[in-house]
Amino acid sequence: MSLEISFNLQREDFAMHVELTLPETGVTAIFGPSGSGKTTLLGAIAGLENIPDSKVIFKGQCWQSNSSFVATHLRPIGYVFQEPSLFPHLTIRQNLEYGLTRVAEKDRRVSLDNAVELLDIGHLLKRQPHTLSGGEQQRVAIARALAVSPLLLLMDEPLSSLDNKLKQEILPYLESLHRELTIPVLYVSHATDEVARLADTLVILKAGEILGSGPIQDMLTRLDLPLAHRHDAETLIHGTVISIDPEFGLTSMTCADLVFTVPGNTLAPGTTARLRIAAQDVSLTLKKQTGTSIQNIFPATVVELQTENHAQIMVKLQLGDLPLLARLTRKSVEVLAIKPGIQVYAQIKSVAVLA
Amino acid sequence: MILSNADLSALYLTLKLALASTFILLALGTPFAWWLARTRWRYKFFIEAMIALPLVLPPTVLGFYLLLLLGANGPLSAIGAAPLAFTFSGLVIGSVIYSMPFVIQPLHDAFQAIGKRPLEVAATLRASPWDRFLTIALPLARPGFITASVLGFAHTIGEFGVVLMIGGNIPGQTQVLSIAIYDHVESLGYASAHWLSGGLIILSFIMLVLVYASNRRFRVFKI
Repeated sequence: MSLEISFNLQREDFAMHVELTLPETGVTAIFGPSGSGKTTLLGAIAGLENIPDSKVIFKGQCWQSNSSFVATHLRPIGYVFQEPSLFPHLTIRQNLEYGLTRVAEKDRRVSLDNAVELLDIGHLLKRQPHTLSGGEQQRVAIARALAVSPLLLLMDEPLSSLDNKLKQEILPYLESLHRELTIPVLYVSHATDEVARLADTLVILKAGEILGSGPIQDMLTRLDLPLAHRHDAETLIHGTVISIDPEFGLTSMTCADLVFTVPGNTLAPGTTARLRIAAQDVSLTLKKQTGTSIQNIFPATVVELQTENHAQIMVKLQLGDLPLLARLTRKSVEVLAIKPGIQVYAQIKSVAVLA
Repeated sequence: MILSNADLSALYLTLKLALASTFILLALGTPFAWWLARTRWRYKFFIEAMIALPLVLPPTVLGFYLLLLLGANGPLSAIGAAPLAFTFSGLVIGSVIYSMPFVIQPLHDAFQAIGKRPLEVAATLRASPWDRFLTIALPLARPGFITASVLGFAHTIGEFGVVLMIGGNIPGQTQVLSIAIYDHVESLGYASAHWLSGGLIILSFIMLVLVYASNRRFRVFKI
């Protein structure tokens, strides 16, 4: 385990209790509404906030304890802030070099060219920050953080200051970071769409408390956590493309021995992608339907039910190894006598491929 | 010759005084303004009020107490220091105190306007505190330094009361421009008074134009 952090924070208007161990690789999203303490947590890891009685240990190195505090500039981190915060008196190239030149030569694993290429900002190097669009500035800020060859990358809602169009412009770059970086990334966000596309592990924060943490597929479908009860509650599946049907423009993807048929024919066989199934789009039948337009029908076991409101119930299913959420009306649950343990067929009306 | 030798030496002395005071104020004021802008000390308003005091006091009040402090019978002489009243050094001390708010205030505002974000960013990019101050805080506070230098310089040039109280009016030693002008007017030498006064107006105006022009140019750089 790469990062251990624990602290108890008591401020006049805010209390926070954290005890967390985060994985060695992949993107861990810190997810929660504003005011839940996400930025405080990131600040404590970066050393920007010195919280008394806290403990931060990264790969066996103690960054903070009762008796020690490693200053921010001595921690091998990269930090992307909410706003790009480029240095206005330096050109883009000088901004990128600011951190790079302060890293000892032997510790440089990311070159300026790597960072520039990854974020596609080569054409901006000679410009001044204020002449760039918000999206371009944030890409430079991400490249600048990467150029210090961090061992841990911290990102504090890097997309929240951007409008939806710019967000869509940057997300692909973040996804390529996710594929190409071998370092752990901590990604603070309150947007489920970003989290669904980027995160491997999810930490759910609310009012200073950790409600749960674990693999994102589990976190999204745990009925005791808030994510499974959003109006757009969803299940996430990691699929691999096995074949393409060019005639109908459909792609077959496999995950845990199940084969999903999804629209689109742009992905090459062998590539992996995330599939998203909205709880809204899943319906249940007791017998396998024939003569239906629905392509994706799988046998499933009902695991758990939770009443959402007077009319609706969230049902958690198990498709072999995969969890799946289905939102049904209370009436259907009663008519079909759905209860934990029974066998049903899950009909999935639509599967979306993320990116 | 339109300007007499006495006028020329007053001009030289004034420029020397203004340069020395501005230099000392920038050297002392920079760390002080930085501390003031960053400290969370709850009683810092006392210090702020003290620095602003020369703005509201009549210069003669300041000059009077400085005269007592620096004079031959003052406490500094009592502990063995040479009396500084009626010397150029005495003028510099007076000017530094008198022009202090004009230098500290813009520096303080400039440092405060930077905020903590750029410095935090620099810290995550491996810059030590001293490094951050030199490579981020100082360049970003540049408009503040220009304003502080010009205002400190110009305000010292225009100084009259403090100088008269602690410097007297010794030509070649402590007679500055503003006092030379006063003397010319007293003795009805209006032509010389015009040359000196008009020159001062033009010089001051040029300096202020430079301040405002450069601050406008740097405004686009605000984060």
